Amino acid sequence: MSSLLSASRGLRTGEAALRRPRRSEMWARAAHLGLRAAARGRRGFTSKADPQGSGRVTGELIQHLERLSLVDFGSQEAVARLEKAIAFADRLRAVNTDGVEPMESVLEDRCLYLRSDNVVEGSCAEELLQNSHRVVEEYFVAPPGNISWSKLDEKQPFSHR
Amino acid sequence: MVKQWKQCQTLFFGGSKITADADCSHEIKRRLLLGRKVSVALKQGRVTPTELCQRCLSLIKKTKFLNAYITVSEEVALKQAEESEKRYKKGHSLGDLDGIPVAVKDNFSTSGIETTCASNMLKGDHIKRVLLRYLASLLRLRSGSTDGIFGPVKNPWSYSKQYREKRKQNFHSENEDSNWLITGGSSGGSAAAVSAFTCFAALGSDTGGSTRNPAAHCGVVGLKPSYGLVSRHGLIPLVNSMDVPGILTRCVDDAATVLGILAGHDPKDSTTIQDPVKPFTLPSLTDVSKLCIGIPKEYLTPELSSEVQSLWSKAANLFESEGAKVIEVSLPHTSYSIVCYHVLCTSEVASNMARFDGLEYGHRCDSDVSTEAMYAATRREGFNDVVRGRILSGNFFLLKENYENYFVKAQKVRRLIANDFVNVFNSGVDVLLTPTTLSEAVPYAEFIKEDNRTRSAQDDIFTQAVNMAGLPAVSVPMALSSQGLPVGLQFIGRAFCDQQLLTVAKWFEKQVQFPVIQLQELMDDCSSVFENEKLASVSVK
Repeated sequence: MSSLLSASRGLRTGEAALRRPRRSEMWARAAHLGLRAAARGRRGFTSKADPQGSGRVTGELIQHLERLSLVDFGSQEAVARLEKAIAFADRLRAVNTDGVEPMESVLEDRCLYLRSDNVVEGSCAEELLQNSHRVVEEYFVAPPGNISWSKLDEKQPFSHR
Repeated sequence: MVKQWKQCQTLFFGGSKITADADCSHEIKRRLLLGRKVSVALKQGRVTPTELCQRCLSLIKKTKFLNAYITVSEEVALKQAEESEKRYKKGHSLGDLDGIPVAVKDNFSTSGIETTCASNMLKGDHIKRVLLRYLASLLRLRSGSTDGIFGPVKNPWSYSKQYREKRKQNFHSENEDSNWLITGGSSGGSAAAVSAFTCFAALGSDTGGSTRNPAAHCGVVGLKPSYGLVSRHGLIPLVNSMDVPGILTRCVDDAATVLGILAGHDPKDSTTIQDPVKPFTLPSLTDVSKLCIGIPKEYLTPELSSEVQSLWSKAANLFESEGAKVIEVSLPHTSYSIVCYHVLCTSEVASNMARFDGLEYGHRCDSDVSTEAMYAATRREGFNDVVRGRILSGNFFLLKENYENYFVKAQKVRRLIANDFVNVFNSGVDVLLTPTTLSEAVPYAEFIKEDNRTRSAQDDIFTQAVNMAGLPAVSVPMALSSQGLPVGLQFIGRAFCDQQLLTVAKWFEKQVQFPVIQLQELMDDCSSVFENEKLASVSVK
């Protein structure tokens, strides 16, 4: 079933290559990048012991972040960059913030301005619709929304730059 | 309160008919190209907005190699020039800036003109938003020194006589164009445009130093107003709690003029303060003896170049010798400000970039498989590595298990940093004096050796704590380095005391007399202006 789906999807998106199941793609890629393949069930892009890295970026985390961000890592370098970013952020632990309230805005001591609840503008639907690539009458058109991206067979492979 | 914002609508640039000898000094040339003088010339009818516009457009074409402009909306510009001219003829000019060219960084949305943010995400769309406040719609500038799909902006000083002569002394047989310098960023295009005389003022944005940094590298004045003073409506947000529109000009007076027009409450931006704000002119200080200047000791870092350090020292001595009180102060949490900024910035960026999904505006990929797949592919195509990296980092910090330890922690550290400044100002300091950048502008070839996060961590070190505290700050060019490149220093003021800050900056500017850039293209133009009485005879190439 899943291979049927991926085949038809592949055709639709114009991908010339046959879409193999995700996992073997990952192994192939990991080999290509010269990484040691991780244990069964893990992806090829786990963090290796990196003096600047925290070793916290696991395969599950990568998937999770990609799903949340709807942006993919794309390469091992990107994962390494995240590792470094986390290690960098860890320096904050050294600061003593006992009893300190978080600061959300520098204007916290002022009252937020609230407009009165009167309609003074709007009715610009036509102009706004012109900005979009795909509209039908007065609707923005989106593809089906009930398909989760994290389903392995449907995700696009990491794009190489 | 009447919004004088519309004054910024029509912008033109000046060579002018102010008479001068053929061998006029640099000082006169410099003053000719300053906003106020041209404003006077416009009012007196000695030059017309259309002439200014054409001169501006011509210079933009001549300096195309700098790569500063993304969109030059010529027809719109000339049309606005005509309208401005009609207003002047009737004596109904909109104000000081009517007819003066201003360029705008390409992250300000403008009605009828494409806004790209130098990104594939928005390129190719004519985003006709409903008219927004920032209608300074002529000349869309490139952001950034190296990021962005249109390529990097070149620092005009790479082509200056001052720099070239120094290089010839050291590198005899060098290809002239190979070692061009960066402008700094991210408002690099804005700074280059002002520095190369193609406009009078430019709008940039400042989230971590993005206006002050390129201002220092390009030898212009870069002002970051107090957070809440200038409306962000129309400015595509990066970090909502820190973003501020930045102002770049060739002199402090011009910056004050532009600020006076832009500042004030905007009902469409609820983060603008409601206190009434009026345009102002800066007094010319003669006596600084009542001034207290603070020198934060933590800003003396090992990475600071010795040249910048010595200029900083010289500036402090200058104030002292003129009677001001100059004291060392401490901002104890300085060393954490970059980290704190990194966490807050990436987190807010992750949130702000979420809107770019291709559905209602911007780039949209061809895939129609599912909504999420479409969003993901669109975003992969539209964002470059730097942006994607920030989004992923930001979402990491915002994960449930990390939120307290990273995001909230950073917010707490932010309060400590802001309090550092409050304490210093409460102890009697009026203005802080610091470097703006670690060194002068570096060659592009050298710059790209480090990745973006490392570079921002390095370059923003003096500027981003100010954004976290929401304070006003201005970078003022001080002197040329031993290589003939500009070095700027930064003044930081109390919140909403922008006028006082600029007053001090103006005094300093007058003392140091920073030299005018000698660009060959402009030399030719300037001399032809002086030789010919009528601007109409200056050929527009």
